[in-house]
Amino acid sequence: MLSLPRGIATVVRTVARLNVAVALAMLAFVLIPSFSQPAAAMNIQQIQSPGGIKAWLVEEHSVPLISLKYAFDGGNSQDPEGKAGVANFITAMMDEGAGDLKSEQYQERMEDLAMRMSYDDTKDSLYGSFETLSANRDKAAELLKLSVQHPRFDQDAVERIRQQLIANLIYADKDPGKVAMREWYAQAFAGHPYARPSSGTVDTVSKITRDDLLAYHKRIFARDNLKVVAVGDITPAELGKLIDDVFGGLPAKADLLPVAKTEPIPGGSQRVIDMGVPQSVAVFGLGAMPRMDPDFMTAFVVNHILGGGGFSAKLMEEVREKRGLAYSVYTYIQPDRYTSILVGSVATKNASMAESLDIIRKEMKKMAENGPTQADLDAAKSYLTGSYALRFDTNSKIASQLLGLMQEGFGPDYVETRNKKIEAITLADAKRVAARLLKPENLIVTVVGKPAGMKSVIPAALRPVAAPSRG
Amino acid sequence: MRLVTFTRLNLLTILALSMLALTPQAHAASATRATEFKLDNGMDVVVIPDHRSPVVTHMVWYRVGSADEVRGKSGIAHFLEHLMFKSTDKIPVGEFSKIVSRLGGQDNAFTGHDTTAYFQRVSKDRLGKMMEMEADRMVHLRLDEKEVLTERNVILEERRSRIDNNPSALLDEQMNAALYLNDPYGTPVIGWYNEMEKLSRQDALTFYKHYYAPNNAILVVSGDVTPDEVRKLAEDTYGKIPANPDVNPVRHRPSEPPPIAARRLELKDPRAGNYSMQRYYLAPSYVTANRSGEAEALDLLMKIAGSGTTSRIYKKLVVESKLASSAGGDYSGYGLDGGTISLYAVASDGVSLPKVEAGVDAVLDDIVKNGVTEAELARAKRSYLADYVYESDNQATLARRYGWNMAVGRTVADIEGWPDAISKVTTDDVKKVAAKYLNPRASVTGYLVPDESGVAKAEDLPPPSPNGVLR
Repeated sequence: MLSLPRGIATVVRTVARLNVAVALAMLAFVLIPSFSQPAAAMNIQQIQSPGGIKAWLVEEHSVPLISLKYAFDGGNSQDPEGKAGVANFITAMMDEGAGDLKSEQYQERMEDLAMRMSYDDTKDSLYGSFETLSANRDKAAELLKLSVQHPRFDQDAVERIRQQLIANLIYADKDPGKVAMREWYAQAFAGHPYARPSSGTVDTVSKITRDDLLAYHKRIFARDNLKVVAVGDITPAELGKLIDDVFGGLPAKADLLPVAKTEPIPGGSQRVIDMGVPQSVAVFGLGAMPRMDPDFMTAFVVNHILGGGGFSAKLMEEVREKRGLAYSVYTYIQPDRYTSILVGSVATKNASMAESLDIIRKEMKKMAENGPTQADLDAAKSYLTGSYALRFDTNSKIASQLLGLMQEGFGPDYVETRNKKIEAITLADAKRVAARLLKPENLIVTVVGKPAGMKSVIPAALRPVAAPSRG
Repeated sequence: MRLVTFTRLNLLTILALSMLALTPQAHAASATRATEFKLDNGMDVVVIPDHRSPVVTHMVWYRVGSADEVRGKSGIAHFLEHLMFKSTDKIPVGEFSKIVSRLGGQDNAFTGHDTTAYFQRVSKDRLGKMMEMEADRMVHLRLDEKEVLTERNVILEERRSRIDNNPSALLDEQMNAALYLNDPYGTPVIGWYNEMEKLSRQDALTFYKHYYAPNNAILVVSGDVTPDEVRKLAEDTYGKIPANPDVNPVRHRPSEPPPIAARRLELKDPRAGNYSMQRYYLAPSYVTANRSGEAEALDLLMKIAGSGTTSRIYKKLVVESKLASSAGGDYSGYGLDGGTISLYAVASDGVSLPKVEAGVDAVLDDIVKNGVTEAELARAKRSYLADYVYESDNQATLARRYGWNMAVGRTVADIEGWPDAISKVTTDDVKKVAAKYLNPRASVTGYLVPDESGVAKAEDLPPPSPNGVLR
């Protein structure tokens, strides 16, 4: 679904001690497996539908709701050359009419059934979320099926959504945090699909046609790249029928373009992008271990200590708590399918950006050289294992967590063994991995604002050779 | 999945939803959920059991917010909320959140005009410890002068992030200041920069001693607990704190004079991006409507007029006339002093704002004149019912619903009696509140206009802090 421009749709009248970005960083790993000991009773069933589609199911009959989460491999890195934003466009079009139902009819029908459906795109996947009240299950599933298999993409709806997407992009172009993140990717992955702005640009979105949407749908909505999880008031037999109904009519095989493995360009750089705002925003990052690397979990813990652990993290301590330089500063590790990065952000008044980044570099260096202390490690392990259950306290959260595991190739037993993996990490592991992970000389920094005394420093060898394109 | 925790920023939306309505069917689906009792010292307690997962949400709500600040000290309620994480006689500086984290919990806090809330999400066996810590800082806060000044820089950075870096937020702030002639809702929760930068340790302590006491607080626990367990733990912790007889349970707020002039303003900002407009109207809230049914009717009115793609405003302006790329409206009925109706529209490329505004007004005029249809009303009621049922999946959301309502003086019976209240609303009721409250004299209309002439040079806002960097 489209998100409305910030600040326009809702009047924000509460302020909090910690903002969204930090909260995300604290949970770290938003779309990743997830970690912590959920309800001992949680029974994850692996089912196969009569039509051969595999899914995971957690039955929960105490609340009359069903949550279905699914993902198709191939997110916005599958956007065609010169058409960045197609995947994102599709996510906004899925409730704009399907089968014989035009946009307005489809949406009214959704509302009548109180069905919730939304889509989201990441670099590697297109995510769908479907929720229904048990009482409306069959009718809502029928409506979902129409959308999954026969979206209309009517021209008038395409134009309407295009205008909204463009308006959002225009807002985003004035938002220093969004610009910093977009430009960081452009800098770090120059020449690779990951460098492209995930929602496209005004220019590319203006060029996307109905045929582009149809072509993407045909390539990506298939059965061999599909993962499905259901949680809630539904039995295995009922779920098998439902997913056959919804997904059974899709092509057997997706048509995915190959994406090369990559990593952020090493060597370090600093780019300053001028914008007239009182507070600069910096995004900084470097390469990290891939998800299946034996050191990944240790790197995850090291990141928690450095910048992922909210008020327990070193960066928060040094930048905010001790010096009052920023409201938010954080890092997280994001293992995408074809790369893995440690990335972070800080926002501070223009006069303090240089100092804040110096502190961040020093803390990274210190962590690389000395590693965490035993107390740091114990505290991190204690949080990460103790809080795992907090990721499993709603149907919807359970479904998201399990879908992440499924996508990464783990079995349901991961939920039981995950905390043991964290417990097993030793101080020697953490020190070794901190040194392997944190190389401040490779730090790619993008600052947006008017940071006092800062200039772009980009070694000639690292200057982007060409506009980002499919490599 | 990605967006597990936008709760803090979206709190309003969640609350707006949660305050909305239920219907008899919702009542049946969820039945009575909460148990309420009072400790001997006057502290209210609400328990909402949900035994699906072994975790709890623990919240303490104070019946005080930024609208209770004395003039000249804007932002002190929120500043104190930050300072509550500093130290007590038992807890060293900055340790509060670290202890919670080591116990596998997550904590945070937020401030609104009418309430301030602190919460932890944690494994059920840690609930007693959370209560012990929260009770401790209710009366034993210790503030060090240097810590206070450092944290003051943090809230100034928070203001830059939330407001000064974002023209939409600046417009919202200006509009509220114009809408409220006398009520403190016209002052932003975070405070005005020029007053925030002068807030002192003594200001914080004065506010703290005046308002933080068990007889001015509400304990809300949701999750895997029983009322008996909570009562025992609460008596052993909060129950030990004597009531403060100086805290006045009656909240005196300056009231609004009758509105006699429509207010209009325009913010030109080079960072605006798109041309957009917003309008707010003074309206009653659930509290001030005093069980007359007007608040319920306003909720249904704005659902039909402005919520989502099936609303009148969206259909007319975005789908049919194409004057706007997005448009909608909302009713916020959670305030102690009153509520607001809000509308927004982002102009389509090349369409003037007066033309967009006229389009919005035509939709409203039609509703005032002809009312809404039975079918629209039935759909809106169904939709709220569904929201209510979906909400029962999330213990944290439920804790917020009960806490916020109680903090503004509503009762558990009010909250759980909502289905009946909503089901009684007729099309005639909706028409009446439309005619009564869509009153231009009680409104402010704001235009946000992109401006390249440098009129609102962002770097001039706000004035630089004289405190500079501490240390």
